[in-house]
Formats: sequence, structure tokens, C-alpha cells
Amino acid sequence: MNDTPLIIAGTTYKSRLILGTGKYKTFELMQQALEASDAAMVTVAVRRVDMKDRSSQSFWNYLPKDMPILPNTAGCYTAEDAIRTARLARELLETDLIKVEVIGDPKTLFPDVEGTLQATKILVKEGFTVLPYTSDDPIYAKKLEEAGAATIMPLAAPIGSGQGILNPLPVRFILEQSKVPVIVDAGVGTASDAALAMELGVAGILMNTAVAEAQDPVAMAEAMKWGVMAGRKAFLAGRMAKKFAASASSPMTGQLTPLTK
Amino acid sequence: MNIVLNGDPKELTAPLTLQELLDQLQIPFGRVACEVNLKIIRRAFYATTLIQEGDVVEIIQAIGGG
Repeated sequence: MNDTPLIIAGTTYKSRLILGTGKYKTFELMQQALEASDAAMVTVAVRRVDMKDRSSQSFWNYLPKDMPILPNTAGCYTAEDAIRTARLARELLETDLIKVEVIGDPKTLFPDVEGTLQATKILVKEGFTVLPYTSDDPIYAKKLEEAGAATIMPLAAPIGSGQGILNPLPVRFILEQSKVPVIVDAGVGTASDAALAMELGVAGILMNTAVAEAQDPVAMAEAMKWGVMAGRKAFLAGRMAKKFAASASSPMTGQLTPLTK
Repeated sequence: MNIVLNGDPKELTAPLTLQELLDQLQIPFGRVACEVNLKIIRRAFYATTLIQEGDVVEIIQAIGGG
């Protein structure tokens, strides 16, 4: 069975998994996990250079050379800050790609969808390819698409919570109406969550903590790669209809006559 | 001369360009983006951008994140 690759704003990617680079115990572990995942892209954050501790400067050397970089605006609470961060990221990384994150609340890290929409509108006008992290609200998803977002990236559970896909129905509503790729961003905890999300028909998954905080991040990265591929294949294959009661898999004819007592 | 560098006050002994400031801080070229008074300075202009008294300078880099 043939599948089309993930295409975002005209660019083809080698897989349907986007991996974050935060929270790894060491840069070496991060590098090995990224390589094992066969990720389409890796996300990075932009922050001030720490003038006292330069150890983070070697981060760059551990990113696989062939993986496109998707900078984010993580930590921004207003459209204004997200726009500023996006512009700096473009100058820094020489890419028009930006994962727009405008956070509304530190406990849930849910997006401020109004700010997200505002930032998306402006950044699209400035020529960015905007991948917005958003809620599972189909109405705002539609507004983001109309504003020129290159993807819609609804959360499936709070960022870093690993609770899995809590909202299959709203994600399906978004999928049904969207003409741009829908990518689940946040919530995945293990490979079966990745498969479940892909079985809904989403175009890809963005995750970080599920890999970085696994006991063995490199093995989990590979598990996620297979989880995404298995889920995608199952979606394309089309699942069987659910039935209320059992339906025997072996023929009912030609059976031996039951022994009588 | 006093400036604000990445949120902290910093004293500079003499006026200098952004490129000279980056050299002094031993920041490798091409791995950062810079803003002076909220305006992004493109790499091509580092050598011609003079840092002045009271300037607010931001030097940012890529780090791990989701």
C-alpha cells in the first residue's frame, strides 16, 4: 500500500514524527535519540546566551546535520513576544519555519488561542511558514487555517504530561475540516499513544518529553518511530467495524460431533 | 560606558562595535542572533553597528526545547 509523504508548505519530509530537543540528560543521549527516531524535523527553543555558563553552546554540534530545524516560541505569553522570538529565530537559524506557541497559563500550558491567531496572522504576512500549537477547538483551528497557518497542531493532552490522546473526537473534527496537515502536538506518553493518534488520520506527531524522559530515550525514540508508522499504516488500511458480540474466526461447519457424556 | 546585556548591566571600557563585543565575549559567529534596542541586527551589520551608552543588547542562541 502506497502512502504520500508528509508535505508542509510544499516541502516534503522523510517521516511523520517531529521530535523536541529539550529535557535530555545529556546532549549525546539527545543525538542518539534523534537519530534513532528518524525524525522529520527537530524543534529548538531560542534563549539568551548564558554569559556565565557556556556549556549550552555546544548543543548545536549534537543536532543531526540532515534534520531540518523547527524553532519554537515556547515560553511566550503574548503575540508580541512570540513575534519577536520568531524574528530572532529566523535570523538565528535562517529558516522561515516557526512553531508558534503563545501560552495562556503556566499550570496547563494551554495555548492562548487569541494570541496564537494574532501572531499567526502577522508572521504569515512576514513570510513565515507558521506551525501553530493550538487547542483542540475546531473553530480556532479553522481561523488559524484561514489566517494562513501551514499546519494545525492541536494538543492531545497538556504539554509534558504524557497522558496520551485525551481528545480523539475534537481532533477528528479538526481533521475533517482541515486542508492543511494536522499534527498532534503534545500529550503522547508512549508508542501506543503515537499509534492511536496516527490511526485517527493525523498527518504527524510532535513530541518531546515522552522520549526525553523515558528510562531509555534512544529505545523509546525508535519505538515512537514504529508507533507512528504502525498507526499510519493502520489508518490507511482501515479498521474493521466494531461488533457488539463475538464473531467466530473459525468456520462453524465440518466440526466433529461433540462427544456425549 | 554602561549597557544592558541579556538583562544584566555591563560596563564596557571603550565604545565598540557589536562584532567587537561578540569577539570580546568569545561568541562564535553564526551561532547567535542579536538585537540592539529591540531591533534585530543582521550578521552583515555586526561590524558597522556601534554600541552606545545605555543600549539594550540581546544575544540569543538555540537550545533544547519542544
